[in-house]
This record gives sequence, C-alpha cells and structure tokens, in this order.
Amino acid sequence: MTAIPIGAHLILAALIFTVGLVGVLIRRNLIVLFMCVELMLNAVNLTLVAASRIWGAADGQVFTFFIIVVAAAEVVVGLAILVNLFFRRGTVDVDVPSLLRS
Amino acid sequence: MAIDFGALGPEIALAVTALVVLAADLSLRGPAKQLVNPVAAAGTVVAIALTLRLWGDERSTFGGTFVIDSLALTFKLLFLGTLLAVLGISWRFFAEGRYFQGEYYFLIVTAFLGMVLMPSARDLLTLFVALETVSIPAFVMVGLRKRDLYSSEASLKFFLIGVLSVAIMLLGMSLVYGFTGTTSLTGIAEAIAATQTPGSETPLLLAAVLLIVVGFGFKVSAVPFHFWAPDTYAGAPMPVTAMLAVASKAAGFVGLTLVAFAAFAPLAGAWAPVLGVVALATMTVGNLGALQQRDVVRLLAYSSVAQAGYILLPFGVARGGTDALSLAVNQTAFRAVLLYLVAYAVMNIGAFAVVIGVARRSGLRATADYAGLGARSPLLGGAMTVFLLSLGGAPLTVGLWAKFAIVEALTVDVTAFGLVLAAGLVVNSVIAFFYYLRLIRGIWMEAPAEGAPVPQPGFNLSLVVVGLAALTVVLGVLPALVTDTTSVVTLALGR
Repeated sequence: MTAIPIGAHLILAALIFTVGLVGVLIRRNLIVLFMCVELMLNAVNLTLVAASRIWGAADGQVFTFFIIVVAAAEVVVGLAILVNLFFRRGTVDVDVPSLLRS
Repeated sequence: MAIDFGALGPEIALAVTALVVLAADLSLRGPAKQLVNPVAAAGTVVAIALTLRLWGDERSTFGGTFVIDSLALTFKLLFLGTLLAVLGISWRFFAEGRYFQGEYYFLIVTAFLGMVLMPSARDLLTLFVALETVSIPAFVMVGLRKRDLYSSEASLKFFLIGVLSVAIMLLGMSLVYGFTGTTSLTGIAEAIAATQTPGSETPLLLAAVLLIVVGFGFKVSAVPFHFWAPDTYAGAPMPVTAMLAVASKAAGFVGLTLVAFAAFAPLAGAWAPVLGVVALATMTVGNLGALQQRDVVRLLAYSSVAQAGYILLPFGVARGGTDALSLAVNQTAFRAVLLYLVAYAVMNIGAFAVVIGVARRSGLRATADYAGLGARSPLLGGAMTVFLLSLGGAPLTVGLWAKFAIVEALTVDVTAFGLVLAAGLVVNSVIAFFYYLRLIRGIWMEAPAEGAPVPQPGFNLSLVVVGLAALTVVLGVLPALVTDTTSVVTLALGR
C-alpha cells in the first residue's frame, strides 16, 4: 500500500476550508451557514491530523478531539439560538430585514 | 506527573461556584432566586483569596501548559475584580427583569472561569479552550432575553461572527503546528527562531500568524472586524454588555499578548505594522461612529471600539530582535497594555453601571434622557462625569495615566511609525472628548425633560458606582498604587 503524500491532505483541507468560507459568505440560510462553519472546522481537523503525521507526534490528534468537542458545544448553543429566532421570526433567512441593521 | 492543585485554586473555586449556583437556583423558588447573586459573589471572593495566596509564586503544571507567574496572577485579579463589579450591577437588573437568573449567574461565572484560565495558558490548545469557555456562555447570555427579537438577533450575530473567527484562528493554529511541531508557546518561538531567517520567512507561516491575529481581532472588536460590536452590545442585557465590553475584550487582549509576545515574537517585524495600522483604523472608526450615536449604549459600544484601538497601539511598535533595546520596547508595550486594561475595566464598568442605574425601572437610554441628570441624581451624574472624563483621558483620572503609558511605550525608541501612532492617539483623544463632553454638558447644563424620573439605582449598584468612581480618581492622583504592581509584571513567559 502506498502512502498518500502529506501535501495531498493539506491541499484537500485547504479546499474544504475554502468551500466552507465561500459558503458562509454567499449562502443566506442560517442552517447552511452552520454547516459551512462545520466544514471549516473539519478542514482544520484534517490539517492538524496531517501535521501530526509529519511530526510523528500525537499533539495534533489530541487538539483535534478538543476541536470536535468544542464544535459540538458551539452547535448546541447555535441551534438553540436559531430555533428561538425561528419562533420569533418564522424564517431562518439572514437577509430578512432585521431590527439591528444599523 | 503530579498535578499542582494549589496552582489551580482560583479556577477550581470558580468551577465549584458555578455548579453551586446552578444547584441553588434549582432549590430556590420565586423571589428567593435572587439570592444566587450573593452566592456567586462569595465564590468570587474565595477565588480572589486563593489568587492572593499564590502571589509571588512561580509554578507550572500540566506539563508547562498551565503557569502561575506575576502576569497570570495580575490578570486573574483583574478578571475576578471585574466579576465582583459585574455581579454588583447585575443583582437588581436581573431580579426585576423576569430573567432566568440562575442560568445567568451560572453562565457568567463559567465565562469568567475561562478568562481566569486564559492568562495562565502557555499552549495553543489551552488558549483555545479558555477562549471558547469565555465565548460559548457569552453567546447564550446575549440572547438571554429570549422573547425579545432584538436580543435574539444580537445573539445570533455575535454567534456567527464568533464561530467564524474561531474557525479562522484554528486554521492559523493548525498551520503553525504543522510548521513547528509543537503547540507550546515557547516551543513555537524557539522553533521559529531556529528555522526562519529574519526578512525571508516562509510566506505561509506569516499567513498563519496573521490568521491567528485576525481571530483575536474579532474578539477585541478591532476594525475591520468591529461591526458586530455595536449591534450585539445594544441588543444584549446591559450587565452582559458591560461584561462583553470589558472582560471579554480584556480576555481577547490577554490571548493576543500571549501569542504575539510569547509565540510569535521572532516574527514581530511582520505582525507589528499590521496591528499598528489596525489600531489607527480602529480608534478612528470607533470615535467617528460614536459621534453620531443617540443611544448611550451604542455610544459606549463605539467608544469601546475606539478604546480597543488605543490598547492595540503598543503592539504596533513591538520588535522581533533579542537585543536589550527590543526587549525593553516589548516590555514597555506590554506594561502599557496591562495598565490600560486595568484602567479601562474600572472606568468602563463604571460607565455601564451608571447607564443601568438610569435605565432601571424607566428603560431610558437615549443621550437626550441624560439631560439634567446631575440635578436629578447628583450621585449618578457626578460619577458618569468622572467615568467619561477618564475614558477621554482627562487629568486627575486614571485614564490620563493609561494614555500616558501608551505614549511612553510608543516612544521608548523614537521611530517614524511610533510617532505616527502617537499622533493618531492624540488626534483621536480630541475627537473622543467632543462626544464625552457633549454628554457631560447634557448632564449638568441642560434642563431635564418634563416629567423625567429620578433614577433609583439601588444599594448594590450605588456601591459599585461610588467604588469605581473613587478608584478612578484615587488612581488618577496616585497612579503608583497600580503601576507599582504592573511595573514588576514581566514578560518572561515560561523561559
């Protein structure tokens, strides 16, 4: 079995991160925005694991577990805010005119 | 490897307090629920006592990722003092507003647990966890008034910006780990110094460093990442706004100080000019924005963006070298940041406390409602005058010495860029005085509107206001009380 070069992991991670970032910038549905942020975080996880393999150390993999846990906590809070806002406004579209447009 | 639980004392005390508060909220009914506030305050006092017990120690545990030194202890005391003040201004506000009190006190103690952890962190992982422990409860607290659309939207905006900035910062951290093979801050500095030649660093590494700096830029609401701040501050419950504007921002600055001066000091030639320009833009945008505000909370929000710009200024002159002059420049810059954060906490929480006192029972928060405040309530009017003068940097207030320290840091070694930054500070202070003095003129010289109510701040809030106003003036007359402490805090980070 031939090993996949490290560079390939990093390029894939960079692509996923870009997809997530572009999604956050152009999509208007809040649930899709959350998914895009998750994509960005998972791209970071991939980078960390790949870097961990370069150095032959476990630090990066440990870091990944922390990111997964923290991302889960963030999503819990985020979805709660989203559901609450949906009950108030009846939509999850960020373009709907809001009170806070300054 | 034994864990040094003594060094973790303040954190353990706050974690236990948070759980006790949550349990107490479950067992209390009706109006008795407000008693969780003194419980939280008692826990904070215990944490302060445990911090003072560690004073002067140099300890480290968890394999050097958690450190107790003068820097960590000073910031811990600053955060815990801020927590006491925030609890003082929260009591009546939350007891009378039909909020979820137990949840609020649990969340605020948890957020401060993250802040207290932050200055001890000497590892990217610990720093990330501390930062998120501050952020996640803050997202909930902003949206605490959940039947209010305004509060919910503020919370969502804050959340989206928050997770986006964390994702960007994590990408930077993962790349830095890829380059250096370590997450320890000093390890990163050594690896960078060993592998990079000044002037021709790997571009990707510089990009990674800037990504991390951008992530902290969101936290401290630096331009161009400031746009969430005024909306979030205006939508959140006011004590939460005070917490975000002071403590959360200070935590962001602690994190920025640690990564900038400990991990990426060898690359200062790349990030220092960027932060200098960001500082200039931040204070200008903040002050020009504040000029147009008619709502006091939004005015203070823009003012706090401007203040973040002042605090960022010393980062602009940081040096990458290891010669005596560069070290002196960095040391002075760091102390200016520390002194300004202490002064900023005192005067800005005070200003928010007055705003809460005026809004209590009446909900008044427009600048026009402050007309004749001095006649209606000399206590609040006088205190607001002191805080606003201090935010502007007037003599006899601590704000003057804070600005003085920044100018000193910018001119340790006179450079053209340092002088430009100092000139920016002076020009912006003049702009800022315009809107601070306009509010003060309203307080003392204008007649109150017909039927304007007399504010009833309540005992706790009055105590906090008087205490902070006294502290603002005392430190303004005798700055040595705090500079004696800050000037021995060194930047020798884990070396």
